[in-house]
Amino acid sequence: MNTTTNEHTHWPRLALRPYRLLLLIGLLLLTFTLSLSLGSVNIPFADVITILTGGEPAKATWSVIILKIRLPRAITAVLAGAALAISGLQMQTLFRNPLAGPFVLGISSGASLGVALVVLSVSTAAGGLLASLGFLGNIGIVLAATLGSAFVLIAVMLVAHRVNNMTLLILGLLFGYATSAIVSILLYFAIAERIQAYIAWTFGSFGGVTWGQLQVLIPVILFALSIAWLSAKPLNALLLGEAYARSLGLTIRRARWLILVSASMLAGAITAYCGPIGFVGVAVPHLCRSLFNTSDHRVLVPGTILIGSVVALTADLVAQLPGSDTVLPLNAVTSLLGAPIVAWVILRQRNLRASFGG
Amino acid sequence: MAMLQTDTLTIGYRPHRRPAHIVSEKLDLTLEAGQLICLLGPNGAGKSTLMRTLAGMQPPLGGRVRLGGDDIASLPSRTVAKRLSIVLTERIDAGLLSAYALVALGRYPYTDWRGRLTAADETIVQNAIDAVGARPLAHRPVSQLSDGERQKIMIARALAQQPDVILLDEPTAYLDLPRRVEIMQILRRLAHDDGRAILLSTHDLHLAMRSADAIWLLANGKLHIGAPEDLVLNGAFAAAFAGEGVTFDPMSGSFHVAHAHRGSIAVVGDGVRAVWTARALERVGFQVDAAAPLRVICHPTTWEYGTAEYRSLAHLTKHL
Repeated sequence: MNTTTNEHTHWPRLALRPYRLLLLIGLLLLTFTLSLSLGSVNIPFADVITILTGGEPAKATWSVIILKIRLPRAITAVLAGAALAISGLQMQTLFRNPLAGPFVLGISSGASLGVALVVLSVSTAAGGLLASLGFLGNIGIVLAATLGSAFVLIAVMLVAHRVNNMTLLILGLLFGYATSAIVSILLYFAIAERIQAYIAWTFGSFGGVTWGQLQVLIPVILFALSIAWLSAKPLNALLLGEAYARSLGLTIRRARWLILVSASMLAGAITAYCGPIGFVGVAVPHLCRSLFNTSDHRVLVPGTILIGSVVALTADLVAQLPGSDTVLPLNAVTSLLGAPIVAWVILRQRNLRASFGG
Repeated sequence: MAMLQTDTLTIGYRPHRRPAHIVSEKLDLTLEAGQLICLLGPNGAGKSTLMRTLAGMQPPLGGRVRLGGDDIASLPSRTVAKRLSIVLTERIDAGLLSAYALVALGRYPYTDWRGRLTAADETIVQNAIDAVGARPLAHRPVSQLSDGERQKIMIARALAQQPDVILLDEPTAYLDLPRRVEIMQILRRLAHDDGRAILLSTHDLHLAMRSADAIWLLANGKLHIGAPEDLVLNGAFAAAFAGEGVTFDPMSGSFHVAHAHRGSIAVVGDGVRAVWTARALERVGFQVDAAAPLRVICHPTTWEYGTAEYRSLAHLTKHL
């Protein structure tokens, strides 16, 4: 019949879109460099390069600012953006829900409960023993948040193979309500300065992470990200729903376990070190799908890592209000910047269901 | 050649901490290469349970399912996926995937850990799309396909798995009649020309009886197997769908709704007009009987009943 016209039909190509990826890598380098050179003190670009290559900048203090403060901060932002965004992507596909994010299973609730228990419930006498809020403010908080999210992680893993996805999601939600209730009780009885310390933690920040802590954070995040890389193929099968995924030869249990472990590790580690940073994890996967116009996770995983890093660096830059001494709460910035962007993306697409496969 | 076989299979559910609920037992079934079989049965008879058990998605309560000679429960899921593929009733929302990318997912059990397609994989995907005549759809996003187009793509996806057996659970459920016929034609061709074994469940009795090489009729825990016509003649259909306010008419091979009886009436006339006049009268509850004293006379453009003339059957049936 019309075979002649068919012969000329080109079959679609299923490759990565290298130009868009290259563009994103360029954007990442740009925002990374900007976040090193901009801040309460603006350091010229040339001097940033000099410092990074081990040379002497025009002012000696600049060297300290870059190497001690801004470099670990920027690296943390890159890790956090990538981690939260990938975690969100995995949760959205696994639960087939566009509103899912890194914290749907209660990871941040667990972390905040841990932090609240340490910061708020320490009696004034014990607080005296712990000497200063400086101690509580860093190592203590990281430890508490790690324990809190690890507790949730283990609970999720234990429950995961007995219940279906919807039940897991509801359990996460209920756990969130329960923890926020406990936290409000603790807040009610806590003294003002402790409350302030807790609230400060909930603002989120990339700034508190030291080089020493990065030695833990970097390997953990890289390990979990590589599991996420492995999960791209199973995630594609899961787009069709569990029944089809299984019929394609996917071992659902193993895939689910792999996805939950990496997503929870990513969310848990970042929350422990940076506080509960909202929005990035929910929004970036949507941005990425829209930018690459695909649901293929072989494209989405690298794309989401790059966009997540760029978004986190940009949000941190804005929060610094370069040139001023004021710093805005990071969580406020991510939401203020992110909400309109995501609203625009969703409205432009008109069909959210179609965009993620729910 | 037998592609899928069952040995004294018992299907059903084993609810948590309660006794097993048996849907059907002692089933010895064979699905041969080149065969298109339709699974029929009333709602709740256990068609889906049988399909899921055959696909290895649900464990049997007894006996076993053999896929290409091996117990399906002992095969790795990847091996099962290379021998058997499924098409389900549920509408999938595959996100921002093109039809082509969706079919390419059928290569899943064959690709490496990253899911990369080789040139050979791509050729198989393209052949699968051509086999269902869906080449013009390849570029389109799945979310924009109509139900019929989507079902074709899902069949192409099942083909891309290069299976010996394809199981389809009500693949024509959402489709209009021309689309149903088209899908059935495609499946017949895939079975007869390519030597695949195809089993599909359906509620479409007419289409099943006209297309299937054999019918599996599941009702009241019993599975009747035979050529469509044999099952009509031996009364299996009538028994399977008995009750429920409908009766199976072996003459027409279709169901009649049992209406309240309003008496007998005769239709005078012949040809198409008489046939459809009788249908209309039966529909509103009359029994058509040539010897009845009441008569409807078919004229070329009107109907006569008693002393009145009617322009249409709607008019006539309203005033009877």
